[in-house]
Amino acid sequence: MNAPLHEKAFQRAVLQLIKLASTDLSADVVDALRRAADAEAADSPAHRVLALILENIRSAREQVTPICQDTGTCNFHVTLPVGFSLRQVERLIQEATREAVRQSFLRPNAVDPSTGKNSGDNVGRWAPWINFSEGDNAAIQVQLLLKGGGSENVSCQYALPQASLGAGRNLDGVYKCVVDAVTRAQGQGCAPGIIGVGIGGDRATGMLVAKQQLFRSLGDENDLPVLRDLEAQLFHDLNTLGIGPMGFGGKTTVLGVKIGSAHRTPASFFVSVAYMCWAARRRTMVFSGEEATYA
Amino acid sequence: MRKLHIPLSTDVVRELQVGDEVSLSGTIVTGRDAAHTWLLEAPRTEVAVFLKDSLIYHCGPVVSRSAAGWSFVAAGPTTSIREEPYQAEVIKNYGLRGVIGKGGMGPKTLAALQAHGAAYFHAVGGLAALLAQAVTQVRQVFMLEEFGIPEALWVIAVQDFRAVVTMDAHGNSWHDTIRQRSEEVARQLLQSRRSVQTSKQE
Repeated sequence: MNAPLHEKAFQRAVLQLIKLASTDLSADVVDALRRAADAEAADSPAHRVLALILENIRSAREQVTPICQDTGTCNFHVTLPVGFSLRQVERLIQEATREAVRQSFLRPNAVDPSTGKNSGDNVGRWAPWINFSEGDNAAIQVQLLLKGGGSENVSCQYALPQASLGAGRNLDGVYKCVVDAVTRAQGQGCAPGIIGVGIGGDRATGMLVAKQQLFRSLGDENDLPVLRDLEAQLFHDLNTLGIGPMGFGGKTTVLGVKIGSAHRTPASFFVSVAYMCWAARRRTMVFSGEEATYA
Repeated sequence: MRKLHIPLSTDVVRELQVGDEVSLSGTIVTGRDAAHTWLLEAPRTEVAVFLKDSLIYHCGPVVSRSAAGWSFVAAGPTTSIREEPYQAEVIKNYGLRGVIGKGGMGPKTLAALQAHGAAYFHAVGGLAALLAQAVTQVRQVFMLEEFGIPEALWVIAVQDFRAVVTMDAHGNSWHDTIRQRSEEVARQLLQSRRSVQTSKQE
């Protein structure tokens, strides 16, 4: 049996995780944005946009303020050792979320769709969203993705075959859906984006797989050679679209393409595309005893 | 970089062209989804004085409150296209000289910009920390209780707020140009792959 969860320390650690995610962009994303800026001609609109983005990232880190005012939907993925209470962890995450709103690291983003009323503290039905799983480690791992509404609005799902795209039930069909999704998004999702793709599953799990890809480091490689090749091909080809940063035109339309899959029913073949804005705010915490480490 | 002072005249706005970089200073009003429908439900005279010859900023800020009052902590633009059904009428009814947002807008708004002498100013999405620093004062807030912080109409003073004209008062939209070009590339990419007929059907 585990030692009981140190509630105060855990809540404090989750608050720190939220603060870090909201105000300090991960190094792999910053590096990719820097490379994108270097690739553009110095006097081009694309270069100016990227230079401003990099300045904004620096400023947010130094001032400890949100990188983007749309702190989005809080997506938590929690991996617990055997024997912890899910309800206890959920309550502490909700409390940390409320505190993050009070400290202006999160915007109050939970709106009741039937009344239009904002709950005021970012907590509501399914908000924040927490996905639990059980792991082998003695430590608790909490991953957090802050996903803004602009990029969520251009995320989408296709059912193959898709006659209008000439997309069949194969990886060429998947390729076509992703090209179509990114072309339709233009700059609306705050390009250059990171594209998470979920192949298969049902409408819910397919999108979940797509969103899980957004936690992957931009430099990693897919374990499956066939998906690794598709990722590389899409990354190259999407950057020939010329949409560029914020849709102003330019060489970098996407910072990365990450693809995962889930077994599907024979009747369905979904392609889920989760568009993440350049402000890809995702952080991971590992909590043990009263201490947390962050990545 | 062209420095513009709000209130703006139609003459000044009609001089602007797609691609012009501008620095905006003066009093503007934030307004997004709830605000646009509310502005059209009835004449909102209390806000109209601030909107006349000014700009509406598609923004839902992160704010903080201290003894000194409200301040903007993070305040980048939100996606503008959601206001496409309402924007033209808001421009006309309230005498707006333009809109600040991101992602651009559609043909109805473009026609309204031309008809009424207004422009679309594109701010960089996600530039929340820098753009909040351009907000020097929160003058007033409308509908805070009803709409909540992100959707309320915040009357703010800005100084050296950076943006680019991407839709002008002459019927030009930079977004249309980029979309057409990228759609042509996409068509070629789609044709380079196996078509649906060769695929296995369940």
